[in-house]
Amino acid sequence: MSVLPYLIAGWLFLIGCYGMATSRNLIHAVGCLSVCQSSTYVLLLAVGYRDDGTAPVFSDITPGSRPVVDPVVQALTLTDIVIGATVTALLLSLVIQIAKRHRTVDPDELSELRG
Amino acid sequence: MSVDRTLPLIVAAPLFGAALLVGAGRRLPRSAAEVLGCLFAAGTAALALYASAGTPSSTARPLEWLGGWRPHGGAGVGIVLVGDRIGLGLATLVSLLVVAALAYAWRYFDEPPRRHAGSFPALVLLFQAGMCGFALAGDLFNAFVFFELMGVVAYALTGYRVEEARAVQGALVFGVVNSLGAYTTLLGIGLLYARTGELGLAQIGSALDAHPGGPDALVVTAFVLVAAGLLVKAAAVPFHFWLADAHAVAPTPVCMLMSGVMVELGVYGIARVYWTVFAGPGGIPAPDAHRALLALGVLTAVLGAVMCGLQRHLKRLLAYSTVAHTGLFLIGLAVLTPEGLGGVALYVLAHAGVKAALFACVGILLDRFGSVDEPELHGKGRQLPWVGVLFGTGGLALAGLPPFGTALGKAVTEEAVGGWATALFVVVSAVTGGAVLRAGARVFLGLGPVPGSGAAASRPADAADAETTGKAEEPETKGGRLSRAPVSMLAVPTALLAGALAVGLVPGLRTGIGRAADAFTDHAGYLAAVLHGRATEPAATPPPHWTTAGVLWGLVATALAVGGALLAVRRPLGAEPARWTTPLRRLHSGHMGDYVAWFLAGVTLLGVLVV
Repeated sequence: MSVLPYLIAGWLFLIGCYGMATSRNLIHAVGCLSVCQSSTYVLLLAVGYRDDGTAPVFSDITPGSRPVVDPVVQALTLTDIVIGATVTALLLSLVIQIAKRHRTVDPDELSELRG
Repeated sequence: MSVDRTLPLIVAAPLFGAALLVGAGRRLPRSAAEVLGCLFAAGTAALALYASAGTPSSTARPLEWLGGWRPHGGAGVGIVLVGDRIGLGLATLVSLLVVAALAYAWRYFDEPPRRHAGSFPALVLLFQAGMCGFALAGDLFNAFVFFELMGVVAYALTGYRVEEARAVQGALVFGVVNSLGAYTTLLGIGLLYARTGELGLAQIGSALDAHPGGPDALVVTAFVLVAAGLLVKAAAVPFHFWLADAHAVAPTPVCMLMSGVMVELGVYGIARVYWTVFAGPGGIPAPDAHRALLALGVLTAVLGAVMCGLQRHLKRLLAYSTVAHTGLFLIGLAVLTPEGLGGVALYVLAHAGVKAALFACVGILLDRFGSVDEPELHGKGRQLPWVGVLFGTGGLALAGLPPFGTALGKAVTEEAVGGWATALFVVVSAVTGGAVLRAGARVFLGLGPVPGSGAAASRPADAADAETTGKAEEPETKGGRLSRAPVSMLAVPTALLAGALAVGLVPGLRTGIGRAADAFTDHAGYLAAVLHGRATEPAATPPPHWTTAGVLWGLVATALAVGGALLAVRRPLGAEPARWTTPLRRLHSGHMGDYVAWFLAGVTLLGVLVV
């Protein structure tokens, strides 16, 4: 298995962080956080990949007859997606509330908490 | 009921209570919803107390494989809850503090949002479930899930007053930085799974031990990534920026929980992961872990103490004092011995009581006067003498006045570290305690020059603009300011301070914590107990106890704190802060992008320190 998926996972994480650090819009920043999180999906699925493996569903194949990919990481990824949906929804609702109260979604203009 | 069987209940009971409150909260009157919330929190506290006090001494760690999925020959796929004594003790502390926070909140939000009477107690119960679950989780992925549950509820609770502009802003920054930390932890867990094919703490530990000869790049990277997320929760420098913003805007009962236990759970997580996974021959060598934790701890303690001394916003002052104390906890952890860990455990226990009591006092001031700004409150606290007594006692306890448990924990920890650490511990606790005493002297005694005269009036506008003051805060009681402090809001901090005093005085607690620390640092014993069900007796070290030197250093720190506070009070309020502090203040910009950049810098720093 090639090293490419691991490089992509690292790149996704870093590009997401770069986006958050330089973002001028909070909705964009929350989106960048999701990009960071998708790097964890890529990493987990890459870890569980087997060459020539098939889906770990044993209704149509005999157990042990051919390699399957790791189902544990798929379960972890699903859990992770659920968590990510919760976090993103909560953060976006906070952004909506910030837009209502501050009349801006630019983090550069939110400077009430300093020092 | 055997202790093993109570472990899942400690997590499930508050979850059930939260579900009940969410479902029935709309139809319940407010008092019924709050009684229900208190009942579930107290029931969980009773379960956790029973589990931690009722564990027979022959079994060091009760553990429960959920659904009966036990491991076969050291390999397993089941989910395990491990009631390690330190973890069970933390679950007990969490539950007791939740009961205190709910009792305090009883009269706090005078008018809950219409038709949502149950929302606040339900969220607090979810928070409790997340924290207890994290303390008891025996595998890394569930620890991550509970970490996120605790985080998401904490973001929601921080932004609970959605009508307030600053609250939602602080909650968003808190959410983004903590979630980013959680995702790095998950990346680290993925790497460990790639190497070992296991998720359980004990299984990963034994799989790493099967290949001794020091760590390779993958194990080091995994350690750095997992630790980074936990250090964000623990608010170690430079991962600490979210903490003051979140504490400044969160409702006071939530601050009590976040400062009292949530931050400390990050420290616990690092200790847990290090000792069960990385302490063996295939993990991170002890000198490397020691260097990393010590460097971050010293940095955190010093920066937290300096920022604490500079604050005029009382909640931010207490928040930075938590940062400083986290630094001390990390230093105590860094010696990697049972003595250091026992001292930290005592310190955390007493610190939770003291810090929660101080936040409770600030909450009363906020609701009575609509401000948490030190100059604006000058002398107003004279109407609340009892609150002043509690606040002053809390400040003295924070500085390390014997026989408070904070003094005992500080003394044991500094002796375990040895040498120069004594000076650092004394100075840091004197500065944080002194800052609290200074604020108390101004607010409750009216000492020092009256603000608004002389230097304060002529202060340049841009200097005043560079910090958060705490003026014009919304009182958290709707329907007007409090005319007097309700009994429940006074009883809770009194009880919390009494608890912190008891930590220093009850000898049984000390021996219990000493034995818990022995078991916690026993890498091989944990693996044997979880994987093969063998209980082994860890090597016994002398339990933490009072020493003459410890008492003397505690008294010195208290005297320094009182003296420093008296000196600081004489300074005109609102005078321009010293020039050297300006760069430090500028760092804490409240800007999300800056915090993310600091997070990346921190991960790099951690990597450099471990290698």
